[in-house]
Amino acid sequence: MILFSGFVSLIFGVLMRDDPIEQCRTGAAIFAGFVLVGILFTWLMYPFPL
Amino acid sequence: MSCWVIAIASRRLKRKRFAADPELELSIVSRALDSRTAVMVCLVAWVVPGAGHLWLGRLSKGCIFFVALSAMFSIGLMLEGELFSIEPSQPLVALAALADLGIGVPYFIAQMFGFGVGRVVATTYEYGNSFLIVSGLLNMLVVLDVFDLALGRK
Repeated sequence: MILFSGFVSLIFGVLMRDDPIEQCRTGAAIFAGFVLVGILFTWLMYPFPL
Repeated sequence: MSCWVIAIASRRLKRKRFAADPELELSIVSRALDSRTAVMVCLVAWVVPGAGHLWLGRLSKGCIFFVALSAMFSIGLMLEGELFSIEPSQPLVALAALADLGIGVPYFIAQMFGFGVGRVVATTYEYGNSFLIVSGLLNMLVVLDVFDLALGRK
């Protein structure tokens, strides 16, 4: 999940911004969002059986 | 490899043409391409991930896209994901195949060498599929960005 999020946030960060610092910020924000939402969904699915 | 060749060639050409007049270089770079050239650039961007940006002079973006998308695609293959073929009788498989085709020539090269067969019972099969499908879809986004750049919208 971390690897996948890293690649996707890298691509989106570079696509959405032109300034390198802004690209890093945007990519980091997207990465954080991916990881947090992933962990959140994991916990939401925890009560459900296999 | 081809990305570097295109990048170096375009830089040398620009330097030769605009050595006497740096302002001319700026005006040329910011000018939109005609629609036929824009379509050619988009085709190149689809065929080789990142090549479109290299053609348009965006070296760092082109290299990042090339490395990242190629790495994603390779990881998908290593995780034993499957490169789907278009089957009209199975619409969802056809959609996955269209997404896989978004990566361009690496799809055909991988199939030619026997990669991307996929092993359904592998624990990493679905992860591999995710990497392969998303790498194709992200390359489509990159092609759209190249189109906007080529037409001078960005």
